[in-house]
Amino acid sequence: MMGTWPSRLVFACFGLFLAAPLAVVAGVAVNEKKSLTFPPEGFSLSWFGEIFANPEWFSALLASVGVAASASVLAVLIALPIAWFLWRWHAPFARIVQVLGLAPFILPPVITALGFLAFWSELGLYGEPWTVVISHGIFFVTLPLVTLTLGFDAIDGALVEAAATMGADEKTVLRTIVFPLIRPYIVSGLAFAFVLSLNEYIVAYMVVGFTVETLPIKIFNALRYGYTPTMAAVSILFVAVAAAVFGLIARFGDLPRLMGAWSPRDE
Amino acid sequence: MSKPSPRRLADYAPIAFPAGMLLAFFVVPFGIMIAISFYHRVQGGFYEPAFEFANYERFLTAFFGGVLGFSLGLSSLVAVVAVLLAFPFTWLLVRQRRQVQVIWLVFLLSVLSLSEVIIGFAWSTLFSKTAGITNLFVALGLMDQAVSLYPSFGAVLAGMVYQAFPYTVLVLYPALSRLDPTLVEAARTLGASPFRAFFNVIVPSLRNTILATIIMVFVFALGSYLLPQLLGRPQQWTLSVLITDQAIYQSNMPFASAMAVFLVLVSLGLVGLSLLFGQREKA
Amino acid sequence: MSGLVLDHLVKRYGAFTAVHDAALRIPHGQFVCLLGPSGCGKTTLLRMIAGLDAPSGGRILIDDADITETPAHQRDFGMVFQSLALFPHLTVGENIAYPLRIRGKSKEDQRAAAERLLSLVRLPGVADRPVSKLSGGQRQRIAIARALALSPRLFLLDEPLSALDAKLREAMQIELKQLQQQLGITTIVVTHDQREAMTMADLVVVMSEGRILQAAPPVEVYRRPANAFVADFIGMTNLLPGTAAGAGRIAVGGGTLDVSDANIPADLVLSIRPEDVKIHESGEGANRLPGTVTFIRDLGASVEVRAEVAGQEIVAVTAPKHRPAVAAGATVSVEFPAEACVVLAK
Repeated sequence: MMGTWPSRLVFACFGLFLAAPLAVVAGVAVNEKKSLTFPPEGFSLSWFGEIFANPEWFSALLASVGVAASASVLAVLIALPIAWFLWRWHAPFARIVQVLGLAPFILPPVITALGFLAFWSELGLYGEPWTVVISHGIFFVTLPLVTLTLGFDAIDGALVEAAATMGADEKTVLRTIVFPLIRPYIVSGLAFAFVLSLNEYIVAYMVVGFTVETLPIKIFNALRYGYTPTMAAVSILFVAVAAAVFGLIARFGDLPRLMGAWSPRDE
Repeated sequence: MSKPSPRRLADYAPIAFPAGMLLAFFVVPFGIMIAISFYHRVQGGFYEPAFEFANYERFLTAFFGGVLGFSLGLSSLVAVVAVLLAFPFTWLLVRQRRQVQVIWLVFLLSVLSLSEVIIGFAWSTLFSKTAGITNLFVALGLMDQAVSLYPSFGAVLAGMVYQAFPYTVLVLYPALSRLDPTLVEAARTLGASPFRAFFNVIVPSLRNTILATIIMVFVFALGSYLLPQLLGRPQQWTLSVLITDQAIYQSNMPFASAMAVFLVLVSLGLVGLSLLFGQREKA
Repeated sequence: MSGLVLDHLVKRYGAFTAVHDAALRIPHGQFVCLLGPSGCGKTTLLRMIAGLDAPSGGRILIDDADITETPAHQRDFGMVFQSLALFPHLTVGENIAYPLRIRGKSKEDQRAAAERLLSLVRLPGVADRPVSKLSGGQRQRIAIARALALSPRLFLLDEPLSALDAKLREAMQIELKQLQQQLGITTIVVTHDQREAMTMADLVVVMSEGRILQAAPPVEVYRRPANAFVADFIGMTNLLPGTAAGAGRIAVGGGTLDVSDANIPADLVLSIRPEDVKIHESGEGANRLPGTVTFIRDLGASVEVRAEVAGQEIVAVTAPKHRPAVAAGATVSVEFPAEACVVLAK
């Protein structure tokens, strides 16, 4: 094994690299003046208050949370039957559906965004606020699909058989065994989709950019007119939300396994 | 205990909804986009059905060639730098205690999920004249006065590597954490130093994984559209930026679609290639 | 007939046949062990009985009713899985009461049943613990209690004790047998451990390569194995190839022996248990062949002598007080008592 000191040094360097931009943003977010200076001059949390007090920022926050919440639920509703079907049946055609579900995330996002722009325009629905929910629901279906596929794979087939020998029919098995066992994976799929939808820019921008202002769109628009510390405060809020959500997943789920490591529980 | 095949129509019912949704809202939009790429553009931001290759012929211009070349070059550079940084990092990470790994995973996921807008804003702040890193260099006496480090190619590269780094780590994480630890121990007992064991045993045994990861990160970097705008100059715009620009600001959907189709083909080809490399490792 | 009848069951997976034409009658109240090496089809046979795998041919009847097509959840059998298959998201009590819960029994009934079954398996007071907090032996008992919760018509166990250490396994074998005798429930256990089968079973069903080779009480399987495979698989034995040499006589190892078997095939294998072989320091007599001692070891409770007889190694086991006064290299006279010689077709 490598000695602790060199590896600690490496971790410190990478930690610095990843944290530095966020630290500077955190610094300017608590700046007392409205200027972009670091280290901050004075200390004030008023810019965080501004997110909730300023109707423009607050409505953007509400729009983002609303879109992210409904889109993540939609993504799970689409992903759950696919993952269940692949687990329950031997059906090669369902693999095609699975690949379709994985594709949006692998391709450059601008492609999916442009596809949605063309699609909603052709239907004459361009700019309708709800279209972004469907667009995000499809765009982020990959995340719950991956977590749920892992979740179903983790179910020991003997549990289902045991329930059957005790008299449970298929519906009862789903309700009493399968669902409780994959609930953590549903939650983490929801959480992943929620956080990413919250931060998504290009699809939202192309689909409803001129009618709905989500927070990333709001930040980008604000950047064009110059700097305001509120955008720094929002950025830090988003980092905090992401860290809290992933922290909760790690607390109640098996994050290394979700990320593809063999779980120590498997061995 | 092989799984049964669905028999009755009712067995297929549960997958009808997701299949229908993906068909209607992913496959159909894709098809429309492909169709539009052959349409004829009418001045004033509209287009009419046609079947012409005019939009694809524009690829042959020097301007497009320049943008394409720059996009591919930039993405390759980002991919190589990100993998060079992420591979040793991930290698060390999977060797840490579970608790340490979890903390890092939370941190990496938080950064990965960050909006490109926020990453762009954060780096532009870090590279700014008034709040940027050069103020630190001045304080340390390394520089005479603070300067703005962006817009510049270096700033674009830094931002994109930052964005790609967590992604790269998470792509490498499964392969490295499943690697047989006895492989290294065997090399070490044969007298190899940690560094030599790493370069002579680990790197070659994961050559295909590394290649596949470079390609995955390359495709990921191709998708970057805001960082080049926020941190770079117009000559550092990538294909993704150009597509957005044509679709939204120039209202030239047919040309934007043609470029998107081209980008899909490049991405799919590369993803296919990376799957091929990934497969070979398993065999 | 009352009881379980397997009527020429077949299970094929593509070109591979896991179970060939299995026919068996099991009267009520019997303790049956399906015994064989791994891959012999015993687990597949059990899974077909449970309704978890569909037979490719044949029928399963219980009390003359054909249940071949009855799905597992309507068979009212209790089953213990090799992995135990305890539900990780439920407590011990909830696991045991699961069959009652899905039948809509009240919380009080579930609770009472869990307590009753826990005391049956001698684990009172753990109902509220999570399954993960139990030891291997305790989990074993929970799985057994859960399978018995509904007083099933048939109690099936797939290698139930394989995860336990040797000492605990022996104790559980005895306990399981006592439990079965107390409840009088027809029980089928799959095992690859012949000692386990001998300890528990009323009826041992020896399987190999998908076929049932012999179904008989343990002593009979041991004393009168149906063929060389059964003789070799159940306990230790010496197998010597030979030929018929007239009525009641066989030719093996360069001599002839009297045997008590009436029908003797032309080409045969002689099976004789090590504890039946007698080593004499010298002398000649009926049913003796000359040999050379190659190895002796004292095992405390017994003495094992290995001798070479006409190029074949014979193992003999005796009590220490009958230990022959010989050393390795000594010439001895090896006796094969006629009543202990089992003649098997080659």
